[in-house]
Amino acid sequence: MGYSQFGAMIPELIILGIFLVVFVADVFSRDGSAKKFLTPMTTVLFGLGTIAIWLLPSCEVSVFGGMYVNDTASMAIKAILNIGVFIVLLQSAHWVESDEVAIRKGEFYELLLVTLFGMYLMISARHFLLFVIGLEAASLPLAALVAFNKKHYESDEAAIKYILTAVFSSAILLMGLSFVYAFSGGSLYYSDIYTNIASGQMSGLLIVAMAFMIAGIGFKLSLVPFHLWTADVYQGAPTAITSYLSVISKGATAFAFFIIFVQAFGQIYPDCWEWMLYAVIIATITVGNLFAIRQKNLKRFMAFSSISQAGYIMLGAMTSSTIGLGSMMYYIFVYIVSNLGAFAVITSIENKTGKVGMDDYDGLHKTNPWLSFAMTLAMFSLAGIPPFAGFFSKFLIFTSATSTGSMPLYILVLIALINTIISLYYYLLVVKAIWINPGEAKVEAFKSNTGERAALWICVAGIVLFGLVPYIYEYCYNAALIPGLGQ
Amino acid sequence: MFFGNILIWFVVVPILMLAGLALCGQNNMKAIRGVMVTCSTVLLGMSIWLVCDFLAQRAAGNQAEMLWMDSWMWYKPLNIHLAVGVDGISVLMLLLTSIIVFAGTFASWKINPLPKNFFLWYSLLSTGVYGFFISIDMFTMFMFYEVALIPMYLLIGVWGTGRKEYSAMKLTLMLMGGSAFLMLGLLGIYWHGTPEGMPHTWNILEISHYGNIDYGWQNLLFVFTFVGFGVLGAMFPFHTWSPDGHACAPTAVSMLHAGVLMKLGGYGCFRIAIFLLPHAANELAWIFIILTGISIVYGAFSACVQTDLKYINAYSSVSHCGMVLFALLMLNTTAMTGAILQMLSHGLMTALFFALIGMIYGRTHTRDIRQMGGLMKIMPYLGVCYMIAGFASLGLPGMSGFVAEMTIFFGSFEHADMFHRIFVIAATTSIVITAVYILRVVGKLILGPVQDEHHLSLTDATWWERLSTVTLIACLAGIGFFPNWLSETIQHSFKPIVDALAMAI
Repeated sequence: MGYSQFGAMIPELIILGIFLVVFVADVFSRDGSAKKFLTPMTTVLFGLGTIAIWLLPSCEVSVFGGMYVNDTASMAIKAILNIGVFIVLLQSAHWVESDEVAIRKGEFYELLLVTLFGMYLMISARHFLLFVIGLEAASLPLAALVAFNKKHYESDEAAIKYILTAVFSSAILLMGLSFVYAFSGGSLYYSDIYTNIASGQMSGLLIVAMAFMIAGIGFKLSLVPFHLWTADVYQGAPTAITSYLSVISKGATAFAFFIIFVQAFGQIYPDCWEWMLYAVIIATITVGNLFAIRQKNLKRFMAFSSISQAGYIMLGAMTSSTIGLGSMMYYIFVYIVSNLGAFAVITSIENKTGKVGMDDYDGLHKTNPWLSFAMTLAMFSLAGIPPFAGFFSKFLIFTSATSTGSMPLYILVLIALINTIISLYYYLLVVKAIWINPGEAKVEAFKSNTGERAALWICVAGIVLFGLVPYIYEYCYNAALIPGLGQ
Repeated sequence: MFFGNILIWFVVVPILMLAGLALCGQNNMKAIRGVMVTCSTVLLGMSIWLVCDFLAQRAAGNQAEMLWMDSWMWYKPLNIHLAVGVDGISVLMLLLTSIIVFAGTFASWKINPLPKNFFLWYSLLSTGVYGFFISIDMFTMFMFYEVALIPMYLLIGVWGTGRKEYSAMKLTLMLMGGSAFLMLGLLGIYWHGTPEGMPHTWNILEISHYGNIDYGWQNLLFVFTFVGFGVLGAMFPFHTWSPDGHACAPTAVSMLHAGVLMKLGGYGCFRIAIFLLPHAANELAWIFIILTGISIVYGAFSACVQTDLKYINAYSSVSHCGMVLFALLMLNTTAMTGAILQMLSHGLMTALFFALIGMIYGRTHTRDIRQMGGLMKIMPYLGVCYMIAGFASLGLPGMSGFVAEMTIFFGSFEHADMFHRIFVIAATTSIVITAVYILRVVGKLILGPVQDEHHLSLTDATWWERLSTVTLIACLAGIGFFPNWLSETIQHSFKPIVDALAMAI
C-alpha cells in the first residue's frame, strides 16, 4: 500500500487542508486582535474549496481495498453539501464575532470542519468500519458545537441531550452491525454483505439487526420515533449550528443511508427494509407536521418542519433506482437553500433583537420588507409552492417514489401529499404573521450584516432558479447514474 | 424559436408585468397603473388577435387538433416538456381571462394599502391562469395551476374584508388539498399512460393517442383527477371554500377568481380527466352527475336565503359552476359545448356582479341587502348594470346565460334513460330558483324604497368603473346575440374528446 492512495481522496484532503490552515492560524494568533482575519480567511478558503470540488472531474475512484469509493454520486452530494456549509459560514460570520464567542471562533471553525470531514467519510464509505468512524467524527464534535453558547443554560442542556442520544444511537447501530457481521460471513464490506446475505436467509435476528440499524441511523436523521431530541437541541443550539444540523448533517446521513440500503442490503430489501422504512416515513412526515403546527418558537418550529422534511427526503430511498437517488440529491439541494434561507432571516433578526417567537414577526413587512419577502419565499419553497424550487423537488421525489407503479407506494405518496397540505398550513402561519396579522411591528427596521445578506441572496437565488432551470436536476440525475441502481 | 410562438407571450407578458411592477415605487400609483393598464391592454389585444387568427386558420382549412403547437424539453430525465398548443376552447378561455384581467385592473383602481404588492400577486395569479390554458403538458399545466392558487392566500388575507384570515386559509387549504389528489392522478397517468418500450410522457395529446391506461387504473385515476379539479369547480361536498373566499376577497380578486380561476376546474376536468380516461368517464360519470346535480340545486337554494350580496353571488357561482361540470359529464358534443358557453357566460357575468358589488360597497359600506334600497334613484348607472347582470344570470334571451343553459339542457336531454332524465329535470329547476333570488335582490336593492337617508348623497360610477363594466356588458350581450361563431369554434374542438369517449365504451 502506498501513500498515493490518499491522493484519491481529494474532497477530504481539501477539507483537511482548510482545517489545518485554520488550526495553525488559530494557534499562532492567541492574542485577540490578530484573530480578526480568521473569519474572512476561513470563508474565502472554504469558498475556493467549494469551487474546486465543483470543478473536479468526476471519475470513479476506489482505494483502500474498496473501503473508500468516490463515485459520481458521492462527489455530487459532497459538492452540494459544501455549498450548504458555505452558506452557513456566511450566515454565522457576524455571530462568531460577538463578544461571547469571538475568543473561541477558531474552535468553532475547526469543529465544524471536522464534522464535515466525518460526513464525507460516511458518504464515501463502502465498509462499515469507515462508516462508523465517519459517523462518530460527524456527531461528537457537533455536541461541542451545540454547547457553544456555553453560558446559556439551554445550550448546555441541548448539548447533553444531543451527546447522550448520539452515543446511544451509535451503540444501537453497532449492536445491529455485530448481528449483521454474523450473517455476512465475517466481512463488513457492503459488497460482501450484499452477496452473502441472500434473500432466502431471513431470520428473526436479521430483522432485529435491520431494526437496530434503522434506529441508529434514524437518530441522526431524526426520523420518528427517534426524533425526540430534535426540538430541544435545535432550540438550545446557536442558530448557526441549528441550521447546520438541520440541513448538512441530515443530507449527508440520508445519502449514506441510501447507499447502505442499496449496496449492502439491496438483496433483502423487499423482505425487510422496505416495510420498516415505509412505516417510519409515514410516522416521520405526519408527526413532524402535526407537532410543528403548535410551535410558537421559530427554532422549534423549524425543528419539526425539518423532521417532516426528512421524511420526504427518505421517499427517494423507497425506490432503489437512479431516479430515486437523483431526486433525493436534488431534494437535499433544494432543501438546503430553502431551509438556510429561512434560517438566514431568523439569524438576522435574532442577532439584532434576540427575538425568535412567531408572534415577534407580526407586521414584519412594515419595517423589514426585504426580510419579509425572503422569508415568504423560503416558506413557500418549503411548502412546495411553484414556481419556487420546493415545488419541483417535491414533485420529482413523488414521481420517483411512484415509478415502480406498486399500489402501496401510491398510498405512501398520497399520505405524503395530504401531509403537504398540513405543512402548508403551518408555513402559511409564518406568512400570515408577517403580512396579515394586525398591530405594530415588533421588530424595528434594521440593515442586516454583510454575511447574512450574502447568505440570504444566495438562498433566494437558489429558491427562484433551481426549479425553473433544469440543469440542477439533470446534474443530480446524471451523477446518480452509478452501477447497481436500476433506471 | 422560443419567443417566436405567440402563445409563449401570454406567459412572458405577465412576467414582464411582474418585473415592471417590481421596479415601481410602493405608492407610486401612476407608475403602477401605467404598467397594469399597458400590459393588460396588450394581453387583451393579443387574445383578440389570437381568436381572429384562429378562426381565419380554421376557415382556411387547417384541421389540426391544436394550433401553434410547440414543445421545448425542460426536465430531460423525466421527459418533462414545456409544451404549448391551443384549440378553440383554450383560445376563448384566453380571451375571457384577458377581458377579466383588463376589467379587474380598472375595478381595483384605488386599491389600498400596499398597491404594488397587490398588483404583484394579481399578476402572478394571471400568469398562472394564462400558463394553464396554453399548456398541453400535464406537468406544466399542474405547475401553472398551483401558481394561480397560492397568491389567493395573500390577496384575500391582506386586502380582504370580514373574516379574511379564516377564509383565506380555508380557501387555500381546500384548493391545495384538491391539487394533492390531482397530483396523484397525474402521476398515475404518467406512469401508466405509455405502452411498454415507449418513453413515458406528460404530453396530453400523446397520452390520449396511446390510450394505454388499463380500465382498473382508469377508474381510480378518474376519481382522483376529477375530484382534484372538481374542488376548484366548486363541486358539491367540496364547495365550501367558495362562499367564504369570495365574500372576503377584494373586488378584483373575486372577479378573477370566480370569473376565471373556477373555470380552470372545469377546463381541467374535460382536458385531463375525461379526455385521457375516457373509459372511466363513461363508467363513473353517474357518481359525479349526482354530486354536481346537488351543487346546482343546493347552490341556488342557498343563494335564496343569503342577505350579503357577495354570498348570494358566491352561492350562485356554486350553482352555475355545478352546471358546467354537470354538462361536461353528459359526455356529448352539444352539452359540452353548452358547458363551455356557460363557462364564458358565467365568467363574464360573475365578474360583472362582483365588480358592481365592489363599487356599491365602496359607496354604501355595506353589502347587506336589508340595509340598502332604491339604488336606482341614487346611482342609476350602477343600478342598470346590476339589473343587466341579473338578467344574464337568470337566463334572459338575448343574454349569454340563455344561450348557454339552453344548449346544456338540449344536450343533456339527448340521454334517454331514467337516471339522466331525473337529474336533468332537477337541474332545470335551478333556472326558476335563480329567477327567485335575482328578482328578490333587484326588486329590493335596485327598485325598492331608499332605506338609508345618507345614501342619497352618494355619487354614481366614475370613468374607470364605467370602462370596467361596459367592457363586460358588451361581451355578455355579444355572446347572447352572436352565439353561433362561438359554438362552432367550441364544437369542433370537442371532436377528439367525443371520439375518445366513443372508442372507449
